[in-house]
Amino acid sequence: MNFDINKIPHINEIANNGSFSGARSKNTETFQQRCKDCNKIVPSLEEAIKKSGLRDGMTISFHHHFRNGDHIINNVLDKLAEMGFKNLTLAASSLSAVHAPLIEHIRSGLVTHIETSGLRGELAEQISRGLMDFPVVFRSHGGRASAIRSGELHIDVAFLGAPSCDPYGNANGYSRDDDGGISCGSLGYARTDAEFADKVIIITNNIVSYPNAPWAIPEHDVDYVVLVDDIGDPKGIMSGATRYTKDPKELLIAKTAANVVEAAGYLYDGFSMQMGSGGASLATARFIRQKMLDRGIRCRFALGGITGQITAMHEEGLIDRILDVQSFDLDAAKSLKNNHFHHQISATYYASHLVATAAEQLDFVILSALEIDTDFNVNVLTGSDGVIRGAIGGHPDTAESASLAVIVAPLVRGRIPTVVEHVGTVVTPGSVIDVLVTDRGIAVNPNRPDLKEKLEKFGLHVFDIHDLQKKAEELVGVPEPIRYKERIVGVAMYRDNTVIDVIRQIDE
Amino acid sequence: MELKTNSTAGTMESSDIMIMLEPRTEGGIELELTSSVMQQFGKQIRKVILDTLQEYDVQNAKVEAVDKGALDCTVRARTVAAIYRAAQRSDYRWEV
Repeated sequence: MNFDINKIPHINEIANNGSFSGARSKNTETFQQRCKDCNKIVPSLEEAIKKSGLRDGMTISFHHHFRNGDHIINNVLDKLAEMGFKNLTLAASSLSAVHAPLIEHIRSGLVTHIETSGLRGELAEQISRGLMDFPVVFRSHGGRASAIRSGELHIDVAFLGAPSCDPYGNANGYSRDDDGGISCGSLGYARTDAEFADKVIIITNNIVSYPNAPWAIPEHDVDYVVLVDDIGDPKGIMSGATRYTKDPKELLIAKTAANVVEAAGYLYDGFSMQMGSGGASLATARFIRQKMLDRGIRCRFALGGITGQITAMHEEGLIDRILDVQSFDLDAAKSLKNNHFHHQISATYYASHLVATAAEQLDFVILSALEIDTDFNVNVLTGSDGVIRGAIGGHPDTAESASLAVIVAPLVRGRIPTVVEHVGTVVTPGSVIDVLVTDRGIAVNPNRPDLKEKLEKFGLHVFDIHDLQKKAEELVGVPEPIRYKERIVGVAMYRDNTVIDVIRQIDE
Repeated sequence: MELKTNSTAGTMESSDIMIMLEPRTEGGIELELTSSVMQQFGKQIRKVILDTLQEYDVQNAKVEAVDKGALDCTVRARTVAAIYRAAQRSDYRWEV
């Protein structure tokens, strides 16, 4: 070496690791051989768990892109139970009815804390009846991404199911190599876990050649890859196409919602939108499409949970870009695979309040509700009997971020009123909800007098929300109030990680 | 109204109620109700069924009701239909 590092002027101000001391040794095997000899594949889930350093009391995470077809959570928890772990925090992006076996793992003390976007089925029933000592923490998709990013939700080991992965951990929700495998489309929620978890284990049934491009999760975020036979049931992961509703009530609501968006001035050449996954909100896309064709305008981007309806509009040239955090059906998954401008995004990019997000660029979002009250507060989490039966999803994230948040819901469902005096659980605060569209009329939040004026000018009749609530009551009567115990079984976090409401144990 | 035979009215479809009547000679009304909205509307549904039976002077009967979220008007209509069928009468008064 022809220099003395200490004699370099200002060397202490130049970040460095000292003098060069030799390159790493080269691997001269062929690329193919190297992929076999030196990779991240471990022979079993058990070994991956051992290597991850998982200990009692730690936090494990999962994604819910396999929806009700997911086998990852149940299989991993069975293995962890067998290995004798205790006192784990299970932080899933959401949980479904298929996860009922968790009940036993809670009873045995394997899982003592749960974080999720929602709960359904028998697990939800049991938790509503006081199964767990520690309240379940419910977060929105954006809120979860923020909590992971900020460290408020620290993940020790992420167990991420992937329909394709190469030997180095580049993982994706589909594969360009193999059409026969399981497909779930976007792995948007899992990307945030992969980025911030201390250890990441990819569980796949499909090892493909390096590089598995495009990938949702890059190899540098992955520690171990496990090949298993079964990651999930394709039928439960997604169906062919989300069905288009034939319910005349929902169609009426959808048509009105499209008129509301147009009247409010958010349907122009280059607008942006998100549709929720309920029947009426999906149907709204159809009516929006017709208006776009009639007026010769295009949508710059559609965001969110993506369905075949949105991808069909993309393919016919009506939507320029799709930003996809979660694909809802096989048509959406196919489009993500085939269409260049159908783009996969992470939960953070979607809606974390800590960073600039796509949600903030939304003109309007069409969202569903289990209940909405006369202050426009929305509940998407607990049923009219007080039992947990839903998920927060991106509801508060998009409602707060979009310029226009429209709730679409029938005034009553069977004998259950949707418009009520007080919702059971506040998930999205009324202050960020702009318009309610029901089959019996429209109501506008009094904090948006501009909207009321525009809607009326357009020829739409606007009701006071109190009148809609009374109409519902006249139809179905006044339900008995739900009886609760004092004990709190769930905590609903707003997207900024403040507690917006609690869920109490039901009293039967 | 005197009940002569077993009868049913209504369906198990959502927003309907199925009423099954069985004549009894004594013991008053025995009402067995299951409902998808038991917690919220169980008492109200019982009241509508019992009031309707009383209105038609049915004093002894076993009533089995399976409710799928029917409105009061439906509960009443199905109960009346079941009573007429059990009484083997068809001289309904349609006017309200």
